[in-house]
Amino acid sequence: MELVEAIILSVLAASTPLLIAATGELVTERAGVLNLGVEGMMIVGAACGFGGAWLSGSTIIGALCGIIAGMLLSLVFAMMTLGLAVNQVASGLALTILGIGLSGLIGAGFVGERITPAPHLHIPGLTDIPLIGRILFGEDPFIYLSLALVVAVWGFLYRTRPGLVLRACGDNHVSAHALGYPVLRIRTLAVMFGGACAGLAGAYLPLAYTPFFIPGMTAGRGWIALALVVFASWLPGRLVIGAYLFGAVTILQLHAQGAGVGIPSQFMSALPYLATVIVLVLISRARTGGSTAPAALGTVFVPDR
Amino acid sequence: MQLVLEKRAERSNTIALVSPLIAIGLTVVTMSILFAILGKNPVSALIVYFIDPLTDAYSLQEIAVKASPLVMIAIGLSLCYLANAWNIGAEGQFLIGAVAGSWLAVKTQGTDAGLWVLPAMLLLGAAAGALYALIPAICKVRFGASEILTSLMLVYVADLLLDYLVRGPWRDPAGFNFPTTAEFDPVATVPVLIEGGRLHLGAVITLLVVAAAAVLLGRTIKGFEIRVVGAAPRAARFGGFNANQLTLLTFAVSGALAGLAGIIEVAGPVGHLQPGISPGYGFTAIIVAFLGRLNPIGILIAGLFLALTFIGGEQAQIAMKIPLDVTKVFQGILLFYVLACDSLILYRFRLIFASRQVSSGTG
Repeated sequence: MELVEAIILSVLAASTPLLIAATGELVTERAGVLNLGVEGMMIVGAACGFGGAWLSGSTIIGALCGIIAGMLLSLVFAMMTLGLAVNQVASGLALTILGIGLSGLIGAGFVGERITPAPHLHIPGLTDIPLIGRILFGEDPFIYLSLALVVAVWGFLYRTRPGLVLRACGDNHVSAHALGYPVLRIRTLAVMFGGACAGLAGAYLPLAYTPFFIPGMTAGRGWIALALVVFASWLPGRLVIGAYLFGAVTILQLHAQGAGVGIPSQFMSALPYLATVIVLVLISRARTGGSTAPAALGTVFVPDR
Repeated sequence: MQLVLEKRAERSNTIALVSPLIAIGLTVVTMSILFAILGKNPVSALIVYFIDPLTDAYSLQEIAVKASPLVMIAIGLSLCYLANAWNIGAEGQFLIGAVAGSWLAVKTQGTDAGLWVLPAMLLLGAAAGALYALIPAICKVRFGASEILTSLMLVYVADLLLDYLVRGPWRDPAGFNFPTTAEFDPVATVPVLIEGGRLHLGAVITLLVVAAAAVLLGRTIKGFEIRVVGAAPRAARFGGFNANQLTLLTFAVSGALAGLAGIIEVAGPVGHLQPGISPGYGFTAIIVAFLGRLNPIGILIAGLFLALTFIGGEQAQIAMKIPLDVTKVFQGILLFYVLACDSLILYRFRLIFASRQVSSGTG
């Protein structure tokens, strides 16, 4: 039973960066912008998050550094794609390439250092309940934050007027513009929210998952987060299922490697990536007929004044 | 103050020509600032980066050696991007091509196999790259799965497959446990052009590919179809062009070229299969394709320029202790500026200083 508990705990931890990054990207895409630079923003968030925490000794400051770093990078993306009407796919790739380089530069001074990982919640009595105690009441704060974030995003998108306007921008920017909504400003804010989430998701890795920074430590999680948004059909609730499913694949293959299942470790490591491809195919195939993607996703909008 | 984009009546050809140069200029300025922040003298850093590699014969050859795979991959990618098919997994197709060709080299090692080995390896590499690229293309055409995400995921898979092979079944028994195959036999090696030099036959093949692409795009119906499908999908449908078929075709061609570049790299400059055979050629080639304006000749020039930054980056690391990651930052910034300047071809930028007025303009 202890093993089951340990597996569930590590699945939750492995899923959280995916969930946070995907939630941010979901808001961005709902506003009609496809930001493929999640991986780049995450890795810079990881480097800045670790740096902030290492210099200040505080997890919170580290997380804030990650958020700000991700937001600044996303602002560059917003200036390009919204300000200068540049192709979003190519800009996203540029952001990823730039982010990987920047993180190497920023993180060079921190490689090999360690920090104290984020403290886990401990409520006397509740956390000590056997089996479910640690799973429900003994996680690191980011895990609770990520779930709160999903609920907040759901509430915002479907229960508030600004959320409705944001979705309108994503589905038909011409109509939204004609109704007098500042499409580009709304999209900029959505992109920045996505950047903040990606930065936080990246910072989670060195702050809570592994207490050190290594170059390239996001290892494609940003791309998997992008795939998760498709998997979730752009619905926040389904992101949770998707993220935990992918976390489970990641952790189970690690345990299988540890148990020595006679399959080369590289094949097990490839599983999360192969799973992403298979899931994308299955989801896209099931969606015969109309697509659920925001109708204006990835298209350039230049308002005629 | 507000920046406003105004659509030009027609695309500006002057700006189409100078925009890559403006982008490079802006990048150099940005890099100077970055060097200064890193505490290095910007002028001497720029000289080490961009001028020094051009001054000795060894570096010049090395630039051509590095530019070969970049140009070859970028030519294939440009066909995809022109057709609006987003293959960003060229790195994976490069690795799979290297693996497939190496299989033959490893199998024929120490046998008296003749001169057919190398051509067969190149064919295998190209075929494997094409097949690997067809996976995301088929997922896209048949099931509508985003080719961007699937092609990228397959990069990680290819990387792990290569890692497994050189650590497991193909490892050189006499290699002191290093993850590498044995050195390829002479018949399995791409010959050098000048005795004792580094420049190899791959550079010639690259030039042939550039010429072929120029003919394909400029002189054939297929090339015309590719450009129309990308630029005007509706018109292409009325013209009866099959967009799905072109997605498959451009993916297969770009995969084949990436795979070919992969096996040439392994059988040429590297000489054996090992992890880390590519310093990100497949991703840098994306920048090459855009910097070259998706035009074969432009790509050739852009490939040489980016190869220069690889060599310059290595020399700057040795001479001035500038981290190698600066090269990646440089490449990312360059791509941003290239894309931003390309926007000038279609739009005119205007700064509006007055507060927002309803009566301004014709809108």
